[in-house]
Amino acid sequence: MKYLTWTDEAALEVVREHAEKPGPMLLTLQALQERFGYVETSLLPSIAKELNVSRAEVHGVLTYYSDFRTTPPASRQIHLCVAEACQALGVRDVVKELAAAGYEVGERSKDGATDVVGVYCLGNCALGPAALVDGNLCGRVSAKSLVAQVTS
Amino acid sequence: MTIVYVPGDSAARSIGADEVAALIAAHAAKAGIDIELRRNGSRGALWLETLVEVDNGDGRFAYGPVTPADVDSLFANNFLDAGEHPLSLGKTESIEWLATQDRVTFTRVGIIEPLSLSQYEAHGGLAGLRTALTHPDVVGEVLASGLRGRGGAGFPAGIKWRTVLEAAGDQKYVVCNADEGDSGTFADRMLMEGDPFTLIEGMAIAGIAVGATYGYIYIRSEYPSAIETMNKAIEVGRLAGVLGKSVLGSDKSFDLEVRAGAGSYVCGEETAMLESLEGKRGMVRPKPPLPAISGLFGKPTVINNVLTLASVPAIMKDGSKSYQDRGIDRSRGTQVFQLAGNIARGGIVETGFGISLSEMITRFGGGTLTGHPVKAVQVGGPLGAYLSADQLDVALDYESLAEAGAMLGHGGIVVFDQSVNMLQQARFAMEFCAAESCGKCTPCRIGAVRGVEVIDRIIAGEEREKNLELLNDLCDLMTEGSLCAMGGLTPLPVRSALVHFPLEEVAK
Repeated sequence: MKYLTWTDEAALEVVREHAEKPGPMLLTLQALQERFGYVETSLLPSIAKELNVSRAEVHGVLTYYSDFRTTPPASRQIHLCVAEACQALGVRDVVKELAAAGYEVGERSKDGATDVVGVYCLGNCALGPAALVDGNLCGRVSAKSLVAQVTS
Repeated sequence: MTIVYVPGDSAARSIGADEVAALIAAHAAKAGIDIELRRNGSRGALWLETLVEVDNGDGRFAYGPVTPADVDSLFANNFLDAGEHPLSLGKTESIEWLATQDRVTFTRVGIIEPLSLSQYEAHGGLAGLRTALTHPDVVGEVLASGLRGRGGAGFPAGIKWRTVLEAAGDQKYVVCNADEGDSGTFADRMLMEGDPFTLIEGMAIAGIAVGATYGYIYIRSEYPSAIETMNKAIEVGRLAGVLGKSVLGSDKSFDLEVRAGAGSYVCGEETAMLESLEGKRGMVRPKPPLPAISGLFGKPTVINNVLTLASVPAIMKDGSKSYQDRGIDRSRGTQVFQLAGNIARGGIVETGFGISLSEMITRFGGGTLTGHPVKAVQVGGPLGAYLSADQLDVALDYESLAEAGAMLGHGGIVVFDQSVNMLQQARFAMEFCAAESCGKCTPCRIGAVRGVEVIDRIIAGEEREKNLELLNDLCDLMTEGSLCAMGGLTPLPVRSALVHFPLEEVAK
């Protein structure tokens, strides 16, 4: 995924693009993350001002939703489903094997190149264990197949 | 020209459908054979993916599961003329797994190209909307069909619609709940990816029925392909005049947009979803007021699940009677079941209510993928009960499941074999609740954390009797005291995991 480098000016442009929509805050933060890969918290006061809400409200939304990042992402992303249907197909073991290979779920990989995120369900429950690798859905994954994908 | 279908559904693509499609196209081009490659939705037989179909004027012939390595041999065996091959399945419509289903909501999924409005219309699309535009009592028709909300609660859709119709308001909304967060469910996703116009049509009918002119589809961010397809379909719908100021040339106006979630399970709860749509933290609102009276931005709002709204076009097209004739007792129509987890033949099974769970798992599911005996089945997502192997005779309808202490939820069926540790599953239910609780009410926010701690002590063998009693008390409190189903139903998987499976066994 290609992101633009964060500058406050460019970010405020994005904020203004969305400020007039009904219920704009979540949309705005999503747009920022889509553009820059994360949301820089130092901009919170300006976002609050543009949207005419308090800083606490922006902080509240930014920290409530698990999708949001406040630091730049690694170059590769694994979102591994750790919910029941994938548990039934051994995802607990996949999590252990990934950790042993330097890919702890919930952390950045030891080589610094991949974020490994545990999520609850990707809607691929008949072909589990499932994962999103850089946003692409993968079925019947193993620790080995995931590591191979992000190191290829 | 020979038409070749290779599903573009993300589940099919997750195991190589794109590679299969690219190889078929390349092979045909190299051999100088003219084919039309279509990326249809998935038929829902996910165990047969990638399911390649060929139509050379004599119906559709299926091959599956096709891997990229099979493409050369398919050509060698002349599959473009329906040639014999070890992966031949004969005519698609005669595959027993599909032929014995009753596809109403999913009638076009896997058949058509998702973004082709002309194919949609050729297969019965828009007939329901046309009927609704001149029908004197759309709400009455939906009410008569017996359609109940497919999201989990099973509330009669018609009653909800009538409330919104009768509510006063200068602006009303239709909100589609596509925050399909339950593990083991994927029907909303497959419908949105495979037949998006059905949902758009259903929402437009809902809008016309209650006097709402705008709609939102709230799709979880974990479904990027569904978001993309819906956005494109809305654009196509606008250009074709299905959406906009004048729906199909009538004096009715309806338009809609997609809003994406941001990774919060509880936003599938309708009031939390409204908060999220308003851009706020997705925290549950106390009820009353009902969203039907005061919903999105304080306006009367119809909120229904994807499958509920997607069932409406068929009801309007064929009449409430035809829908009502399916199912049993107070569970009318068809239900889209989803076979998931450790299952040999997983996927979408749409059939009338009342089929037994064991028939579902054996006849359709073919038992476990690993071939070991079934030990537990979780029905209805992470807030649904675990049923043991000796409870599988239960009929799959709202009331029978409730009697067995379980719930249908969104129709997800997750199968586990002997390797499952039920105490770990009980712990996970609490862990999930702790992670996803919105924090508004104490029984859920604190209770789930305490629940994990107590179960950890039980796992460690610390004062088991006392801690089980404590867990039981905690479950009572969460059930009775929580604001919504998140905390209120978490005790269901916890208790069922412990009750139906003896502790010596669960704690192994």
